[in-house]
Amino acid sequence: MNHPIEIQQISKRFGKKVVLHDINLTIEQGQIYGFIGPSGAGKTTLVKMIVGMDEPDTGTIHVLNKKVPNLDLLQDIGYMAQADALYLELTGEENLKFFASLFKLKKTETKERIAYVADLVGLTNELSKKVSAYSGGMKRRLSLAIALIQNPKILILDEPTVGIDPELRLSIWNELLRLKKEENKTIIVTTHVMDEAERCDIVAMVRDGIILTKGAPAELKARYNASSFDEVFLQAGRGE
Amino acid sequence: MRTTAVIKRIFRQMIRDKRTLGLLFIAPLLILSLMYLIFNGDTVEPKLGVFNADKGLVHQLKESEVNVKTYQSNDKQLIKEDDLDGFLQIKDNDIILTLENSDPSVSKTLEVKVKQAAAAFSQSKLLNKNPSLAQMPKESIQTHYVYGNDKTASFDVLSPVLVGFFVFFFVFLISGIGLLKERTSGTLERLLSTPIRRWEIVAAYLVGFGLFAVIQTIIVVVYSITILDINVVGSVWNVMLINLLLALVALSLGTLLSAFAASEFQMIQFIPIVVVPQVFFSGIFPLEGMANWLQAISKIMPLSYGADALKGIMYKGFGLGDIWKDIMVLAIFAVIFIFLNVIALKKYRKL
Repeated sequence: MNHPIEIQQISKRFGKKVVLHDINLTIEQGQIYGFIGPSGAGKTTLVKMIVGMDEPDTGTIHVLNKKVPNLDLLQDIGYMAQADALYLELTGEENLKFFASLFKLKKTETKERIAYVADLVGLTNELSKKVSAYSGGMKRRLSLAIALIQNPKILILDEPTVGIDPELRLSIWNELLRLKKEENKTIIVTTHVMDEAERCDIVAMVRDGIILTKGAPAELKARYNASSFDEVFLQAGRGE
Repeated sequence: MRTTAVIKRIFRQMIRDKRTLGLLFIAPLLILSLMYLIFNGDTVEPKLGVFNADKGLVHQLKESEVNVKTYQSNDKQLIKEDDLDGFLQIKDNDIILTLENSDPSVSKTLEVKVKQAAAAFSQSKLLNKNPSLAQMPKESIQTHYVYGNDKTASFDVLSPVLVGFFVFFFVFLISGIGLLKERTSGTLERLLSTPIRRWEIVAAYLVGFGLFAVIQTIIVVVYSITILDINVVGSVWNVMLINLLLALVALSLGTLLSAFAASEFQMIQFIPIVVVPQVFFSGIFPLEGMANWLQAISKIMPLSYGADALKGIMYKGFGLGDIWKDIMVLAIFAVIFIFLNVIALKKYRKL
């Protein structure tokens, strides 16, 4: 039982609408795990449950062998929501410092981490600017930097690449791959862009609250005899 | 401390938002000054047209500060033409008074003055006919005041309520919108994805915005006393205490209600529902004549307790012993609202 994330028989409904139905999955240490599916499929609800911000109606989630929700667990999870969620009146550095203090980082550690994550997302020279003067892409990068500030073991990113230019998208993905390889972090990513699926170690295709299919990208393509992920998604959907 | 970090952040954001600071600190002073000027304006002598009246009566009227104009005709149109407040004529020893009555309070004053003048006039006529009556002890009325004195203006009675109201209103608005901004921008959700506890956030908001409320309270109270020269018979410290309690209630109520607003506009919509009715029940209008169920409503309005206590201290010179009940009720309101705030954050994170 040494999987960092284990999800067992999760179901959730909002009123009459079933948002998630009987989800089971395990995520291995050092994997990039992608949830792929159209908006409204239940991806955001699922990742929020892993963080512990939303509760399932039935089923259990264990993260790092602790039952979710657990306040101490949040120290080990870096979460980046769809909204940038930044304080516009503050500078980039003040935003990072603020979140560092919420994770109770020591002063020297805070300094090191800020320098590290700012360099990672390429914002070192923009840190003293107010966030209100940032471009959309810079805000996204700062948001990612905040998710990394406390050096979490698990990184959960909800649509990290939505609405940003291809170059930045590439650099974010390169960063995620590096974090996986060099720091052995477990990373969960949601996206509705099919070609991002190829970069994940394991992909789960989500639609209408159920997982249509899951597996390594190459394996999925072979299984459905498909040349692209769009095709895999369509085939898996029809097979339902 | 995580709470300290949030307090620091709130402080930084507020200081950079100059306009909001201006609203918080300057706007109450501006409105209070305007109210002061309006309520303390000199009373204008009512204008009265007179026809066929005795000179003695006219003299009496002038004595009691009525602007009398004598006419040779008896045409009611004169009221409209000459912009009079009333017209008086004597017909077979009867006094007929016609009032313009676009402002009932002016009419009342004029009516009373005419009655008094007529009474004094007939008394002096009686004396002329029968001088022996003059030996009788002259009636005189001495007026004593329980609170205030004959110089008391409406503003002196209103000002305690107004001071309390402005502290309540502006703190309610700014703290409510402050937390709302955090909700709509998603930062509250992000805040709750860190190991911070829900009560730590509520505490930080209370202290962070509370500090600004303290500064505002001090500015408003000091300005009222020194510049506007509002009487404070009781202790200034007690005035501060009540205003701070009011600010705390406003702060916790504002942040609580922001949970039920989806936008700044919806937050503003709470003002006519939550804030304005409190003004009606805070003692600006007399409550005694209201229906019982209406009086009962005033019991659930925090501002009515604050206003009651402030009137007690500032106008009647009450001490803490006289207003402890108001203090208790305000404190209970604050505790309930704070508790509900912690619960309301469950919307974002169950734990």
